[in-house]
Amino acid sequence: MTLGLQVEKLACVRGSRQLFDSLSVEVRPGELLRVLGANGAGKTSLLRMLCGLMEPTEGQILWRGKKVTAMREAFGHELIYLGHAAALKDDLSPLENLQVASTLAGHIVSPQEARRALIDAGLRGHENTLVRRLSQGQRKRSALARLVLANSALRVTPLWVLDEPFNALDSAATAWLAGLMQAHLQRQGMVILTSHQTVPLGETVQQVLSL
Amino acid sequence: MSATNTNTWQGVRCVIVRDLRIALRRRADTLAALIFFVMVVSLFPLGVGPEPQLLRVMAPGVLWVAAMLASMLSLARLFADDHSDGTLEQLLLSTHSLAWLVLGKTTAHWLASGLPLVVLSPLLGLQFDLSAPATGVLALSLLLGTPILSLVGAMGAALTVGLRSSSVLLSLLVLPLTIPVLIFGAGAVEAYNAGLGVSGHFSLLGALLIVGLVACPWATAAALRISME
Repeated sequence: MTLGLQVEKLACVRGSRQLFDSLSVEVRPGELLRVLGANGAGKTSLLRMLCGLMEPTEGQILWRGKKVTAMREAFGHELIYLGHAAALKDDLSPLENLQVASTLAGHIVSPQEARRALIDAGLRGHENTLVRRLSQGQRKRSALARLVLANSALRVTPLWVLDEPFNALDSAATAWLAGLMQAHLQRQGMVILTSHQTVPLGETVQQVLSL
Repeated sequence: MSATNTNTWQGVRCVIVRDLRIALRRRADTLAALIFFVMVVSLFPLGVGPEPQLLRVMAPGVLWVAAMLASMLSLARLFADDHSDGTLEQLLLSTHSLAWLVLGKTTAHWLASGLPLVVLSPLLGLQFDLSAPATGVLALSLLLGTPILSLVGAMGAALTVGLRSSSVLLSLLVLPLTIPVLIFGAGAVEAYNAGLGVSGHFSLLGALLIVGLVACPWATAAALRISME
């Protein structure tokens, strides 16, 4: 048994296309895995499999020795998945969105706590603006604010699975997000991400997986 | 782990409050189904002519069919919006049981689109010259029946989420399943008008509602997991 996420001989078939097969990789506490690949190579499918949203065609995914697809709700405590869509409701404010997302993830946050996280994400003054009125970059920041809460001293969500987290971010936000990730890795967290750009993480050890 | 872990009820309440808040902020969409209901029902007296005897006979069936069609309109979007903005994936990854969250979403759907139909129905009964007690029976049958429409419809919405022309498919899938509700719902008013007891019809509607409450959320959750693959 290991403390991290183990991928064993994973294969993915979508329709009649084989996206990848016999993929094996292990992510241990404090490690970052960057998934590379051309458009349509199956990066998003891989991430969705890692979260248990998709059943692997072959092979298995183990979280601390247990199958992810069998864990379901229990895995929800261990994981934050931020997909391609920002998972924000257009008709709610960032503050409401963040509170709903945390409640569904199993933690009630106070409005003060949520507001602090949003200010940290650079949304000061926009906490109560409806998401439909925000720019792409601001939406992204609003979605990423969940990571701030997941990194606070009280609760650590060990596994972050992020699909293109640096998209639409300006350089200040990119640096902020890189800092968040570094802090998370130092707390023995794990990050799995896809990114077209090189990840500006300085000295951090990165595993790279090419599809 | 922190001390503020949530229980299932908090998760369900969170979903209900969220969906009601969105329904309130998108009043145009919520009202559209309601106006559709009022219009369809009002077209019948205009179409078949002002014969009180005929209208009184038709009223329960017309109101019930219109209510079914109106709820199909809003059901198409039950999971489609969540699917397109990514929040549906977050529901699937939640620490709460998906079936309970689905029940929360269905409850919110009924409160936003089923309950207003029930409240409006006495007013529309006037157009059909229904007596006050018959109107009461009609409203009560809708009160018991519309939640079943939401529960069964949620299964169809889950199966068709992410498909093209899903709203037509949804109606084709769900309407046949709701025929018993229509028969017992409209039948209750007819039985009352004929001077028979209505308790049998209400008991059957109640039984359907209980079966729906127990079975539909689980089936909907399973359908969602399959649709999201």
